[in-house]
Amino acid sequence: MKTIPTLSQALKLVGTLLALALCTNPLTAGMEVGAPLPALAEYGLEGASLPTLTGKVVVVDFWASWCGPCLLSFPALQEIQKHYTDAPVVILAVSVDEKKEDKERFLKKIKFTPAFTIMHDAQKKMVQTFAPGTMPSSYIFDKTGKLRFVHTGFHGAKSRDEFIKNIDQLLKE
Amino acid sequence: MKTHRIYWLLSLTLVLVGLSGCQSVQPWEKGKLSDYTMRPDRDPTADAMADHIYFSREAASGGRGVGGGGCGCN
Repeated sequence: MKTIPTLSQALKLVGTLLALALCTNPLTAGMEVGAPLPALAEYGLEGASLPTLTGKVVVVDFWASWCGPCLLSFPALQEIQKHYTDAPVVILAVSVDEKKEDKERFLKKIKFTPAFTIMHDAQKKMVQTFAPGTMPSSYIFDKTGKLRFVHTGFHGAKSRDEFIKNIDQLLKE
Repeated sequence: MKTHRIYWLLSLTLVLVGLSGCQSVQPWEKGKLSDYTMRPDRDPTADAMADHIYFSREAASGGRGVGGGGCGCN
């Protein structure tokens, strides 16, 4: 009676295991440039009322209280929003924190009142649609609601300058 | 031959049961991983003791520094 598998049988087993391992909950692919701005009202965002987005350059930024670079990005977002006070630019900073208290604690830590809109994706529906590859991630939509630029992570003045360059370009179009 | 099939079925079942516990953590779900309690160096006394044991047994010390938590940010 044969109980030990042959080499080909062992290879089949290894192949099956690898296939199963790859099929197990893979990382989600993110939203790509060219995609339309989803109907944000359908995500049940909390914390503030959704501003009018039609005909505006929209920056959607995903952040979390546990993310160090997000803390660094907030002064830059503030600076950018103030830079475009009179321009049709909306910055939506969407928290993906599990608890509302964590979000509130973070907002106390930054020590200024954000000039941009802070919302909370408590149900994690919106973040699953955008599927950012890292935290923070920002998505810049043009005035027609088309995704034009994606920024992953925050890299200080370099990121801030790129944001301004991208927004300037979209405002000129 | 029958034993062989049982062996295969058992292996496959065990693998499926094992893989059902695997999860890929999405970037926006890493809040718990970046928690302070996940830091390997959160207890200075325990660190000092572990370093002492490591030094005594292996005649080596240091090299324990790990930057940041587990959020994988940037």
